[in-house]
Amino acid sequence: MALTLSLEGKVALVTGSTRGIGWASAQVLAEAGATVILNGVSDEKLLEQRVAELRAHGYSVSGHLFDVSSSDAVKNVYQRIFQSNKRLDLLVNNAGILEDSVLGMVTPEMIDRTMHTNVLGMMLNMQYASRLMSRVGGGSIINIASIIGRVGNLGQVVYGASKAAVIGATLSAAKELAGDNIRVNAIAPGFIDTDMVRKLPKEKFEERMRSIKMKRIGMPKDVSNAVLFLASDLSAYVTGQVLGVDGGMLI
Amino acid sequence: MVGAFSKALRVSDSEVKDGIKYGTKKWDSIAHMVLVGALESEFNIMIDTEDVIAMSSFDKAKEIVTKYGVDLKS
Repeated sequence: MALTLSLEGKVALVTGSTRGIGWASAQVLAEAGATVILNGVSDEKLLEQRVAELRAHGYSVSGHLFDVSSSDAVKNVYQRIFQSNKRLDLLVNNAGILEDSVLGMVTPEMIDRTMHTNVLGMMLNMQYASRLMSRVGGGSIINIASIIGRVGNLGQVVYGASKAAVIGATLSAAKELAGDNIRVNAIAPGFIDTDMVRKLPKEKFEERMRSIKMKRIGMPKDVSNAVLFLASDLSAYVTGQVLGVDGGMLI
Repeated sequence: MVGAFSKALRVSDSEVKDGIKYGTKKWDSIAHMVLVGALESEFNIMIDTEDVIAMSSFDKAKEIVTKYGVDLKS
């Protein structure tokens, strides 16, 4: 098989794909030829709109409204993917939440919510996706982590812990699934222009901008291009890696 | 069914029929996932995680696949 960016014939699930990095990832995978399954958790209208936007370009796409941290919902969705597509080649585990709080004000409920979506949701999807992938001889799982999971940040103890967990799970799953030709990698975005960062106070925003050596905020497209690389055959021998997409925040 | 078991666990058909159980040397957690994949492919089904975990013997596996509409008598 020729090494190519084309994803013709592949089926991809992108969780949390109605906005930001997830939406950009869904677009780039569809453009590359994959059949894309979109997911949102509550906004059915927006999900339908996103599906319609991609279909207008002639892409093969469907949408499922479900909570990634609900084991019953995840199970049902993978059953439906199996029934309708008979295969899954790519999973982008993007769905996540961010709640800022300094350690002294973190509540058990906040920890529970964040870990449920960011960690449990990621693991449940890896679990079912890997089983479908092993049946078609392999696949690629791309977990969206965060620079915060690598270096931490003030007021983000819970979010940082959840994203560090994403990285740890990625590394272990990569070892476990390599024999089935399933690659598992993580992307650690830096400061990306999404709904999450637009809520930051002005001084926080400017402080983060000063830490970016390339002197510009990252765009969702910067991350989705890395998703495309890890989804494609160009990264056929790459697994167990954490790819920073941060404009040099860490160097 | 016996064939899928023996191939996935790399044991003889008679070992399967003798009542092989999960947790033995030949049927460890890695082999278990190979077995689940083999049964799913053989019968064109997708087994829930609870059933993957509950599949502890050949008899239990028969009970589980039957639940997914597989007719083992035909």
